[in-house]
Amino acid sequence: MEVFRINNIKKTFGDNEVLKNISVAVEPGDVVSVIGPSGSGKSTLLRCATLLETMDEGELIYNGNKIAYMENGKTVYAPPGELRKARSNFGLVFQNFNLFPHFSVMRNLCDAPVSVQKREKSEVVAEARALLKKMGLEDKEDAYPYQLSGGQQQRVSIARALIMNPSILFFDEPTSALDPELTGDILKVIRDMAAEHMTMVIVTHEIEFAKNVSDRIIFMADGVIVEEGPAVDLVNNPKNERTKSFLGKFQR
Amino acid sequence: MTLELILQQLLAGLGTSLKIFGLTLLFSLPLGLLVSFGRMSKITPLRGLMKVYISILRGTPLMLQLFVVYFGPYYIFGKQITPSYRLTAVIIGFVLNYAAYFAEIFRSGIESMPQGQYEAAEVLGYTKRQTFFKIIFPQVIKRILPPITNETITLVKDTSLAFSIAVAEMFTVAKALAAAQRSMVPFAAAGIFYYVFNFVVAFAMERIEKRLSYYK
Ligand SMILES: Nc1ncnc2c1ncn2[C@@H]1O[C@H](COP(=O)(O)OP(=O)(O)OP(=O)(O)O)[C@@H](O)[C@H]1O
Ligand SMILES: [Mg+2]
Repeated sequence: MEVFRINNIKKTFGDNEVLKNISVAVEPGDVVSVIGPSGSGKSTLLRCATLLETMDEGELIYNGNKIAYMENGKTVYAPPGELRKARSNFGLVFQNFNLFPHFSVMRNLCDAPVSVQKREKSEVVAEARALLKKMGLEDKEDAYPYQLSGGQQQRVSIARALIMNPSILFFDEPTSALDPELTGDILKVIRDMAAEHMTMVIVTHEIEFAKNVSDRIIFMADGVIVEEGPAVDLVNNPKNERTKSFLGKFQR
Repeated sequence: MTLELILQQLLAGLGTSLKIFGLTLLFSLPLGLLVSFGRMSKITPLRGLMKVYISILRGTPLMLQLFVVYFGPYYIFGKQITPSYRLTAVIIGFVLNYAAYFAEIFRSGIESMPQGQYEAAEVLGYTKRQTFFKIIFPQVIKRILPPITNETITLVKDTSLAFSIAVAEMFTVAKALAAAQRSMVPFAAAGIFYYVFNFVVAFAMERIEKRLSYYK
């Protein structure tokens, strides 16, 4: 069954039509990258998928559970309680991390599982330690976010999303706020997650990385999906002129 | 009258000053938070009402507000005012006034919080209440501590305004003593007491700031 599906989404800010009838479906274990020029609506698409933004039109389905549906030509959302439950289906990694600065690394990881998911603290702490170890941060559990480099903060934020056991993880340009020499760490973490068949949708400007890590790439421009296909094909043999010219800018 | 006696009476007055100070903080901080919620509410009439409240209480003298609270029951409702109502009136006046200032401080702190903190909490499934009390409010406190310290120090000095409706706090006592003794000594002593009081307040606030400096 599909983990995630968004059908015919439309989104307008004022009179700026940002998303024009886009549909995306993601199967378990899929790694999908979304690329496209600045302002094409990639972040807006992720924000609608993660309920940070409301759609004007379109449907939203997680693991077969429809939490937003069409009624009289408009999107209607499930009641708040149901939406909160639906949030456990997904995680989101932000461009600028958004860690909680007043919580230690350990608390950043453990607070939500304990106070939102009501899980046993000792079990959560053990899982947090294992995750931190995997991220190469085993000595940082007592550190506060400001004491970490950008790359380390981003790894903590990925761990914070993972510990909730989401069935799909969204990334919005996870390396864009990082110094170039730190992006490699994050890309490696994501690659490792892909190897473990984590279902992911990644908005990124790292074309090489998208080609290597993803099964599928979606190229967006001006609020529509211009081209979509197997990652290597799309990067090596783009069919559409706009895709070609967009990718051309990266081949230097 | 010996210096010792003067000090004794001033200290009794200081007790009342401390009471005004403590009770004002105790009630005006939570009330200020509630007023700031109203001030940021989506409900337009409530927001407007709180805006007017803040504007009036910040825009008129505290002494005048004390008069209104103290004499209001008599002039408006024809109720006899008992002397025991004096201190209560002072506390009510101070609480209403300081809540207005604190409300604006809370509001500025809450509005300065980055949107990303709310969004991260929302995606993790925190309820609105959890988000506010676990994520937002602790960070707001750290941000607003310096202006809160300022207001608190002003409050120490403002307690002397209670003399205007004859509550026997330290300044009222000092004034009476000075008149009776034809001496500046009571004023000088009271000044020192206020200074020490504020020194302690500033020290305590600094300690709190230090305790919250474990993160940035
Ligand atoms: N909250 C908002 N209010 C008004 N307009 C918005 C809002 N959020 C996004 N937009 C507009 O929507 C359009 C798409 O923005 P979006 O952030 O989704 O693009 P993007 O593809 O993520 O770009 P980038 O690669 O620069 O991150 C832009 O024109 C932007 O100005
Ligand atoms: Mg974006």
